[in-house]
Amino acid sequence: MSQSDLFGRHVLVHDMCLRDGMHAKREQISTEQMCTFASAMEHAGVPMIQVSHGAGLGGNSLQHGFAPHSNEEYWDAVAPVLVKTVMSVLLIPGLGTMKELRSAHAHGVRSVHVATHSTEADTSPQHIACGRELGMDTSGFLMMAHLNTPQGLAEEAQKMESYGAQTVYVTDSAGYMLPEDVTACVMALRDSLDANTEIGFHGHNNLGMGIANSIAAVRAGASRVDCSVAGLGAGAGNTPLEAFVAVCDRMGIETGCDMFALMDMAEDLVFPMMDHIVRIDRSSLTLGYAGVYSTFLLHANRLGEKYGIAPKDILLELGRKKMVGGQEDMIEDTALTMLKEQKRTAN
Amino acid sequence: MQKVKCALIGSGNIGTDLLYKIMRSEVLEPVWMIGIEPESEGLARARDLGLKTTFEGVDGAAPHLVADGVQIAFDATSAYVHEENAAKMNVLGVFIVDLTPAAIGPLCLPCVNLNELGATMNVNMISCAGQATIPIVHGVSRIQAVDYAEIIASLASKSIGPGTRANLDEFTYTTSGAVCEVGGARRGKALCVINPAEPPMIMRNTIYCVTDDVPDQERITESLLDMISRVQEYVPGYKLVNGPVFEGNKVGVFMEVAGLGDYLPTYAGNLDIMTAAACRTAEMYAEKIISGKLSLVAEAI
Repeated sequence: MSQSDLFGRHVLVHDMCLRDGMHAKREQISTEQMCTFASAMEHAGVPMIQVSHGAGLGGNSLQHGFAPHSNEEYWDAVAPVLVKTVMSVLLIPGLGTMKELRSAHAHGVRSVHVATHSTEADTSPQHIACGRELGMDTSGFLMMAHLNTPQGLAEEAQKMESYGAQTVYVTDSAGYMLPEDVTACVMALRDSLDANTEIGFHGHNNLGMGIANSIAAVRAGASRVDCSVAGLGAGAGNTPLEAFVAVCDRMGIETGCDMFALMDMAEDLVFPMMDHIVRIDRSSLTLGYAGVYSTFLLHANRLGEKYGIAPKDILLELGRKKMVGGQEDMIEDTALTMLKEQKRTAN
Repeated sequence: MQKVKCALIGSGNIGTDLLYKIMRSEVLEPVWMIGIEPESEGLARARDLGLKTTFEGVDGAAPHLVADGVQIAFDATSAYVHEENAAKMNVLGVFIVDLTPAAIGPLCLPCVNLNELGATMNVNMISCAGQATIPIVHGVSRIQAVDYAEIIASLASKSIGPGTRANLDEFTYTTSGAVCEVGGARRGKALCVINPAEPPMIMRNTIYCVTDDVPDQERITESLLDMISRVQEYVPGYKLVNGPVFEGNKVGVFMEVAGLGDYLPTYAGNLDIMTAAACRTAEMYAEKIISGKLSLVAEAI
């Protein structure tokens, strides 16, 4: 086998299992589990881990579910077990606020993903500036990237850069993108952004493209990749960290992570605590196929059962209506409207 | 019939939409539009419609307002300049209706507390999401105690101006505060989502209330339908799409607000409900001024 063209490249991997993974656990992860996971990741050399409610700051709600603990309680539990590993958080403006970001900083969080829909970067200037003022490693996070063109996405990325973002992410929230889409988007960002601004990629594995997409992103110029041990995350999960590190090892991409420690963690800690096996199943595949926000998965499954409608049909309808992240209330609304329609047709 | 003369501060989307609504009013007459951009389209439109305009801000119009008989002003600028605008109006004896999230004056929801605001020279219209969702929270809380209410507003990207975009935190704080203060919930939370779909989606609002005791479904449903019909008196496009859905102590209501299409198209129900509520509020004060029940007094500096 010949040497990879990416030999010697450095990639900063950022684990999501204690944030995106909260979605897969219906927000039910205990502080003890968080500590155990965080400690295992510190041990395995993971440089950054995200810790919070699945929807990030302000996430505790009827819309997004209530976790058994506040974000502050999670950070206070995790911070003491970390030495080198940095703790990060997600902030979606319209849900989370700067008040909560300041609290995160006070509780030891040192990095933030400020997330907007891929066309709405201009809702993030206050929050990105606030992250920088606090001295945090601040990323802009363009969700549902497939709903914008590479050029459009690059323009939004430039806005975030102008607000102070040090990294801008291409975020495939629906697990819809194919490697060539990722390449086009990351290259468009690389061409538009300052050479010092990093590019990140956050994938979901709904079409089985998590690792291929992440490698495509690195090849096109991304230097940060979000993953999750055992893929614990929304939909069919995030890019599995242990497998991504294995591929990087093979290609000579340096992550600084211990692949064997991560595979043990996946097998011994993460899989045993899953409520359902996070995998490509009928519903999560539909997310990737129709371009629907991955977090909608468990809501659609629950409401499909409640109203006797196939979750797949609800998800397809949400895709047609172009619902975006944060519109979880529209899942029940859509199911109720479909039910009315069914009754009308039956009569 | 006698009309009360009005000034509009701010010549953007909200100011322009408001202008059309005031022109239709039987008790309000727009005479001034105040902007800060010489090239403002809104100011040009107002001039064409026969209003006096200035691009020199409130100071450009203030020397003329008393002579022109202006008694009510609407502020559709931003929270940052509202306090100054309000002071400059009140000192002239001009009553101010605040459409920014500044919330210096009492929070006003026409269908809930319009007659209970007491003596004030400044009322605040909360936010578009507040106008669209708090009537529902109130509709539940007047029947049974509400421990927690949560509202989710989905807005079409094209309907949101740069001011709101850059200040989502203020929007969140003002709205969640009003869910408690005016809606009557013990605790409240407001979420806002912006959707860029084409064609633009009509404003959607979901309201969840958690009651202390098991909800009385019949009485709550009746109360909600009554509140909805009261809002429909000034916002005809205010519509119940689904619900109320009862699940344990949780009441879920799924609403839609279509605008009248005065300035922005009908999807911008968020704009419409704000300007319609402001217009309704001003009309109530105008009626009191006309009937002699209210006399405005210039505030001492």
